[in-house]
Amino acid sequence: MKQDIILCGVGGQGILSIATIIGWAALDQNLHLKQAEVHGMSQRGGDVQSNLRISDTEIFSDLIPKGECNLIVSLEPMEALRYLPYLAPDGWIITNTQPFVNIPNYPTIEAIEKELERVGRVISLDVDAIAREVKSPRSANMVLLGAAASVLKMLSPELLEQGIAHVFGRKGQALVDINIEAFRAGLNAAKK
Amino acid sequence: MRKQLLLGDEALALGALHAGLSGVYAYPGTPSTEITEYIQQSALARERNVHSDWSANEKTAMEAALGASYAGKRALVCMKHVGMNVCADAFVNSAMTGANGGLVVTACDDPSMHSSQNEQDSRFYADFAMMPCFEPATQQETYAMIQAAYEMSERRRIPILMRLTTRMAHSRAVVEVNDEARPQNEIHFPENPRQWVLLPANARVRNEQLIADYASFEDDAATMGFNQYFEGNDCSMGIITCGIAYNYLMEQFPEGCPYPVLKIQQYPLPTAMIRRLAQNWNRILVMEEGQPMVERRLVGVLPTTATISGRLDGTLPRTGELTPDSVRAAVGLEPRPELAASQVAVPRPPALCQGCGHRDFYTALNNVIAQYPTARVFSDIGCYTLGWLAPFHAFHTCVEMGASVTMSLGAALSGVHPSVAVIGDSTFTHSGMTGLLDAVNAEAPVTICISDNLTTGMTGGQDSAGTGRLEAICRGIGVKEDHVRVIVPLPKNYDEMERVIREEIEYKGVSVIIARRECIQTLKRHASQKSK
Repeated sequence: MKQDIILCGVGGQGILSIATIIGWAALDQNLHLKQAEVHGMSQRGGDVQSNLRISDTEIFSDLIPKGECNLIVSLEPMEALRYLPYLAPDGWIITNTQPFVNIPNYPTIEAIEKELERVGRVISLDVDAIAREVKSPRSANMVLLGAAASVLKMLSPELLEQGIAHVFGRKGQALVDINIEAFRAGLNAAKK
Repeated sequence: MRKQLLLGDEALALGALHAGLSGVYAYPGTPSTEITEYIQQSALARERNVHSDWSANEKTAMEAALGASYAGKRALVCMKHVGMNVCADAFVNSAMTGANGGLVVTACDDPSMHSSQNEQDSRFYADFAMMPCFEPATQQETYAMIQAAYEMSERRRIPILMRLTTRMAHSRAVVEVNDEARPQNEIHFPENPRQWVLLPANARVRNEQLIADYASFEDDAATMGFNQYFEGNDCSMGIITCGIAYNYLMEQFPEGCPYPVLKIQQYPLPTAMIRRLAQNWNRILVMEEGQPMVERRLVGVLPTTATISGRLDGTLPRTGELTPDSVRAAVGLEPRPELAASQVAVPRPPALCQGCGHRDFYTALNNVIAQYPTARVFSDIGCYTLGWLAPFHAFHTCVEMGASVTMSLGAALSGVHPSVAVIGDSTFTHSGMTGLLDAVNAEAPVTICISDNLTTGMTGGQDSAGTGRLEAICRGIGVKEDHVRVIVPLPKNYDEMERVIREEIEYKGVSVIIARRECIQTLKRHASQKSK
C-alpha cells in the first residue's frame, strides 16, 4: 500500500503545516514516509508544493514520478492544475475553490473549472468559507486537511487529530481546539 | 534508538551533535539554513554550550571552525554551494593545515537553481583541495555519515566535505537516532604544529604528505561501507549512481535492479570498484546529481573500449536536478501515461511581500532614477533581488554577495553616472564592507543604498551581523558623516526619500543611504512573541 500526495498552494497559505501534521501522524505507524519541499525564494507569494509519499514498504525517490500521484491537495484552484502531469490515471484532486489572485494574468474561474472537469475526479470545497463558519478563519488549511482525510487511506482521522494536537500544542489548547474543529468541518464537508 | 521525522539538514545537525560537536559556524543560505537553525533550537546543544550564532560570512565561518579544530574541538561549517566560493581560500588551505579536532564542511548544492544563481557542484572543491567528500542518499545515511566523517577526520587528520543537494537537504524521512551522544572533545593542540604555519617551506613538506595521504582516503572510500557494489543479472550495462541518484534508479526497480550497480557516496572515487564494474560491461551509465564530474573523469580524452553514458551524451539532461522521470528514460523504460500540462495554470513568480520596506525604497529610487537616463543601478543577493521583476524593474545587475558595491565602483570609475548600488544589510556586512573601503579610497562618485530590514530576510529572518551599527561601520570605513543618510521607507516619506536620494546622487563622492524599516515578517514574529 502506497499513497503519493502533492500538497500545493501559494507561499504563506499553510501548506507546510499540513505536511508536518501528516508526517507526525505517520511517524509511529511503522510506515515509511518521505516529504520533499522547497524553501527559500518560492515562499515569497510564489507557488509552493510539497511531495508527500507514504508507504508500508521502502520508498526510494523523494520526488513523486509523473503519472503516479494519487492525490493532489491544493489550497488554491489554479495551483491544483499545475501538477496534472503527475496525477495517476485514477488519482483525485481535492481543492479549495477560492482563488488567490496576486498576478495580473490570473485565468478566469470558468477556465479553471472547465479544466478541473476535464480531470473529473475532483472534490472542490470553499475551505475559506467553511473555516469562517466554524469561526476559525485562519484554519482554512486544516479544513482542507480534513477534506483530504476522507481519502487518506493509510492514516485515520483520529491519528491526524493527534498530529494537530501535537503540532499546535505548544501554542495552547485553544488553538488546538480551533484547528481540530476546522479539521472536522472539512472532513464532514468532503463526505457529503 | 528512537524514531524522528527529520529533514536531511536536521539529520545532519543531530548526527553532528551526537558526534560531540562543540560549534557550528555558518552563514544562512538555501538549502543549508536549517542545519544551523536545528542546532540553535536543540536542548542538547544548549546544555553542552555548543556555539551556534551566525557568522558574518562563509569565510569567517570556515576560519572560526578551523580555529576550533586547532583547539581540538569538533566543529561544523554549513553553507549553500556558492558560499564555497566565499570561503574557498580558507577551505582549500584547511586541507594543508589538516584537522586536529574533527572538522566537517557541509555544502548544500542547488541543482535546478531553485533559489540560487548557478549549479556549481561542490564535489569539485573537495577534489582539488585533495579532501575526502561524502554524499548521502538518505536521511538515515546522512545521520550515520556525519558521525563517520568526524571519526575519519580525526583518524586521518583531514577536514571532510559533506555534500547535500536540495532534495536531500529539504526532504523529510523517518530516521532512527541514538539515545546517547558522544562526549565533546577536551582542548588539545596539534601533534605537528609546523603544519599549521603555512610558510612555503612548511607547506611544501605538507603538500607531499597530503598527496601521500590521499591514497589512504581512497582506501577508506573502498572500506568504510558507504560505497557499495550490487551484482546484477542483466549484463547489457553497469550503472554508477552518486548520492541521491540511487533513489531515482531504485524507484524504477523496487524489486531489485537487474543491472549491476555501483552506489558511490564517498570520494576520492573508489577506482578499484569502478574497474570491477567496467571489466564485465562495455556500457556504463553514470547518474549524478549536479555536474557530470564522475562521468567526465571516466570519459577522459582518449578513446576507451567502454561506452560511457550520462549527462554528456544526452542520456540524461545536461542541466537541472535528476528526477525519477529523467532516470526512468535513461534506463530505457517507457514513460508512464500522464495528463497533459494545463495551459490554464500560468506561472506565479515570487514577489516582495505587501507592506515590505524594499517596495517603498524601490518606488522612491525609481522616481529619482527616471530623471537620470544615464543611471545604472547595481543590486545584490536577497529578497530585494525580486525588485528586478514587475512592477519595479529597479536595477540592471545582480551577480553575487557584495558585487553591487564594487560593480557600482568599477562602473563609476569607468565614467558611468549616476552609479548606484542597492544592497541589503546582511549582504553588506557579509561582503559589501570591503568594497566600500575601496570606493572610499578611490573617492568615487557612487551612491550606496543599504536597504536595511534588520534581518537576513530571504532565508527566513536570521540575525544580521551589523544590526544597529551600520552608520558607525560606514563612518569607520571613511564615508563622510554628512553623506551617511538614513531614511524610513514608507509611502508617506516618498518626498523626503527622493530628496535625499537626489542630493546624494548629485554629490561627487561616496555616499551611503540607509533605508531602514524592519522586515514585516520578523515584525509579525516579534509582535506575537511579545504578546505571549
